[in-house]
Amino acid sequence: MTEPRTVEIRVLRYHPQHDAQPAWQSYTIPFDDDTSVLQGLLYIKDELDGTLSFRWSCRMAICGSCGMMINGKPQLSCHTFLRDLLPGPVRIEALAHFPVERDLIVSAGGFVSKLESIKPYLIPREPRALAAGEYLQTPEELERYEQFSACINCMLCYAACPEYGLNADFTGPGVLALLQRYNADSRDGGRAERMPVLNAEEGVWTCMAVGYCSEVCPKRVDPAHAVNQNKATSAADYFLRFLRPKRDRHE
Amino acid sequence: MSESLRAPHPYVRSMRGWWRRDPFFVRYMLREATAVGVLVYAVILTTGVVRLAQGEDTWNGWRAALRTPWSVLLHLVLLVAMVFHALTWFEIMPKTLPAIFIGGRRVSAATITRGGWTAAVVACVALVALAWWWGS
Repeated sequence: MTEPRTVEIRVLRYHPQHDAQPAWQSYTIPFDDDTSVLQGLLYIKDELDGTLSFRWSCRMAICGSCGMMINGKPQLSCHTFLRDLLPGPVRIEALAHFPVERDLIVSAGGFVSKLESIKPYLIPREPRALAAGEYLQTPEELERYEQFSACINCMLCYAACPEYGLNADFTGPGVLALLQRYNADSRDGGRAERMPVLNAEEGVWTCMAVGYCSEVCPKRVDPAHAVNQNKATSAADYFLRFLRPKRDRHE
Repeated sequence: MSESLRAPHPYVRSMRGWWRRDPFFVRYMLREATAVGVLVYAVILTTGVVRLAQGEDTWNGWRAALRTPWSVLLHLVLLVAMVFHALTWFEIMPKTLPAIFIGGRRVSAATITRGGWTAAVVACVALVALAWWWGS
């Protein structure tokens, strides 16, 4: 029988009550062609060091829990394979730009409050009786928002966004992409309620168009497209308000 | 609870040197830096207009200054910066436009970018041809 292949994994560890700052810790683990980085971490937790902390759930790139910096890039650890990171060592740390709670776990509270602020649900244009049946959309109407609806809230785009790292108040790529998802939906009538978030200094105008958010997105949501096309929308909203009746203004 | 335990506090990492952390950020900074090249060339051209207004001697002096080796070198550097600026400008152009549909089909980002590059090349060739024709 051949010896199992092994690879070194270095994890940036932090204990909020013991440590003044994070420090690297090294582990050597066996792996195979189908071993994901997440499985490698689970091996460490089960066999080598039960104190290692990280979030995970579905193991198939849909729950958005296991995002982390793998060799400096924001990636889903269930979606990244050790065979592609040879010869190692593989460096793993918590998602960049977020405060580290412990080891690979970051504070997601700020992200969640921003998500709530954009009302990420359909706000019907007018009351509609059940008897009226389902809404109908053309393929074009669907395509206008469909890619943005693929967001899994994994926050990789925030870890890719230097502007968010420099200014944590920035609403950020993921939430602005979801804002666009609802604003672009022909069934939705909540645009006026979301425009103040989009128009704010911390809304689209904080974006410097780096574009790395769209590169790292595991679901091809293209948040940079959602944010940057809304700079024109926001500018139009600002200037056209002088032509609108007062009750329809969004400032 | 042990005496040595501190109150839990989340650790915030520094952003110092962030743009060197990934080649993507380096390229972004390079793209943004080429905007300085646009400014420099605008200053050179504006100086030419001012010199022209001051009279023939100063105008000829400005033209002579353009022919010095340092000026030629600067213009070569500016040309490279402008080409990079134009390429990357049109690369991000699809991000800034709303989804465009022609005949019910969405125009791809790559098509928009290629359209931008084509327009830039056509405009440059037309401008050079016009200047050539005017000068001859």
